[in-house]
Amino acid sequence: MESASHPVPASGGLRLASGGGSLPAWGTWAVLGGSAAATAAVLLATGAFTVALTLVFGTLLSAVVLYAWSRAVEGSRRAKDRLMTLAIATAFGLAMIPLFSLVFEVVKRGVPGLSWEFFSSDARGVVGGGGAAHAIVGTLVITGVAAVISVPIGIMAAIYLNEYGTGRLRRALTFFVDVMTGIPSIVAGLFAYALFELFLGPGIRLGVMGSVALSVLMIPIVIRSCEEVLKIVPNHLREAAYALGTPKWRTITKVVLPTAFAGIVTGVMIAIARIVGETAPLLVTTGVVDSMNSDPFNGRMQNLAVYAYNEYRSPGVMKQAAYDKAWAAALTLIAIVMVLNIAARFVYRRYKTEIR
Amino acid sequence: MASVDTTTNAGQLLAAASGGRRRLGDRVFSRTAVLAAVTILLLLAGVALFLLSEGFPALTASASELPGGKSFVDYVAPLAFGTVLAAGLAALVAVPLAVGVALFITHVAPPRIALTLGYLVDLLAAIPSIIYGLWGIFVLGPAAVPVMKWLEEHLGFIPIFEGPASVTGRTMLVAGLVLAVMILPIVSAVAREAFAQTPRKLQEGAQALGATRWEMIRMTVLPFGKSSVISGAMLGLGRALGETMAVTIILSVSGAVTFNLIGQANPSTIAANIALDFPESSGLAINALIATGLVLFAITLVTNMAARAVIARQNQE
Repeated sequence: MESASHPVPASGGLRLASGGGSLPAWGTWAVLGGSAAATAAVLLATGAFTVALTLVFGTLLSAVVLYAWSRAVEGSRRAKDRLMTLAIATAFGLAMIPLFSLVFEVVKRGVPGLSWEFFSSDARGVVGGGGAAHAIVGTLVITGVAAVISVPIGIMAAIYLNEYGTGRLRRALTFFVDVMTGIPSIVAGLFAYALFELFLGPGIRLGVMGSVALSVLMIPIVIRSCEEVLKIVPNHLREAAYALGTPKWRTITKVVLPTAFAGIVTGVMIAIARIVGETAPLLVTTGVVDSMNSDPFNGRMQNLAVYAYNEYRSPGVMKQAAYDKAWAAALTLIAIVMVLNIAARFVYRRYKTEIR
Repeated sequence: MASVDTTTNAGQLLAAASGGRRRLGDRVFSRTAVLAAVTILLLLAGVALFLLSEGFPALTASASELPGGKSFVDYVAPLAFGTVLAAGLAALVAVPLAVGVALFITHVAPPRIALTLGYLVDLLAAIPSIIYGLWGIFVLGPAAVPVMKWLEEHLGFIPIFEGPASVTGRTMLVAGLVLAVMILPIVSAVAREAFAQTPRKLQEGAQALGATRWEMIRMTVLPFGKSSVISGAMLGLGRALGETMAVTIILSVSGAVTFNLIGQANPSTIAANIALDFPESSGLAINALIATGLVLFAITLVTNMAARAVIARQNQE
């Protein structure tokens, strides 16, 4: 598809090898446009026009036309190259459809549910109405406590791996951090439930249980990203500090960590973005609740994701209002995740230490 | 000469004066780091142990005490089948697509915009699973209904499209497709990294011999990245096996064991079953659900360790 703007270095040789001419620079685009137009016309004539069908049949038609034309002019090898390039580009296009559809639908369906009430009141005793303030507070508290647990452990473990670790403990930790990244989120939730149930009895639901579950998911992400940035702190900085007689721990806290600071902050933000929208582990640990609760050690809590799930699952009598709120919660959640991701990138670009 | 002596003395004095404190600080700090490392290992051991201890009552209980009056193996088998079916379908769809996406970003798209395109694909991984679930049931499901009807009418002779086609879109096919979208970024990230590392001399050599871009990709990039694609596929499979919310929301479950992907009756998955039943369960039913969680943990563990083993072997080469 891009071969026109992207000449293959040996294209001269290729043309000789294939013995024929070559398609004009606009050839691919003309075939794509022509096929789409022809497909649309046929579909319109038969009354079966939809955008999806046009895309499907338009792509198939252009593949056939492009292959035939190129084969006639350029020979079979160039024709196959064009066909595969089209296939690869189509794969990328296919992968982008869900992303755009999803963002579009979440915004379209989420905006009607947004209101002052959504952000300011809880849903206690309100039939069909109420807001998600309790879920927003719950999201902040549950995620915050999870971060307080995970960040120190994660950073210290990354320091261990990169600065101290030797032998079997290091190998074991590297291996099990990999294992930990693969733990299904629901299993992390069951673990937190089983842990607290043992001490506090069956049926227990607490905000902090959710935080423990999320920590299991967050710790390996923090370790991985911190390890990456600690690795790229150049050794000569450490050696310079040692040469000045600085003890190792002062070297780490005053030289290594500040150099890696932007990367660590970025890693933590990405890790938070990954867990802030978790649903499954909280469903089994923090439960579902309608009223405001900001105490993670007392009573049920719920985050925005569980709120959205619950509004969808038990919409009650005012079905559309509940669905609107589920989508509004989804929109809020996606906004939080995007802001965290973009801010993380910004922090890294803006504050990273230039190492020469 | 004298000055050298002074420095040595000063250095010794300094070391003697602050050495104790210095060593104390070092000791505290390094012990804290080791403690963090050990904590993580204990945490992981704790996950296995607590699941085992809380799931154990269900493993030993008689059939009549368990939900549905079935033995634990009979209880978990259809769920495990559904889990593997959904994840397998997702991997089957996602892997070829992810390879295409990775090739597009590394070898086809203009290098200027390749980074941005990669970022767009990564965004798919950032979207919370609950949103995929809502999107699946409200958007993709209804959109898939006519397609599934067509599949039933024209390809109904293949058992997987046997039908009768669902009119709600809450089918295994839709759940599998949503899972495929969710794991696509993981698989394509691993593939992308490997494809980008294909030695330049191989690629340029192929082109110098007159290979077209596709021939170059087929003869150098794909063989070079093959084991990465396999390990990426297994990582994605592991993710799909444990994915809960999208399946919980989308799939209309009946406990049936069937390969029919477009029907009303679908097997549930272990994770979805836990999410659906846990909030309303008590007593031994909880233990049974935790035991199924243990089974899921074991399945994903084996899958992930196999993926890591492939990566490790390839790093050695």
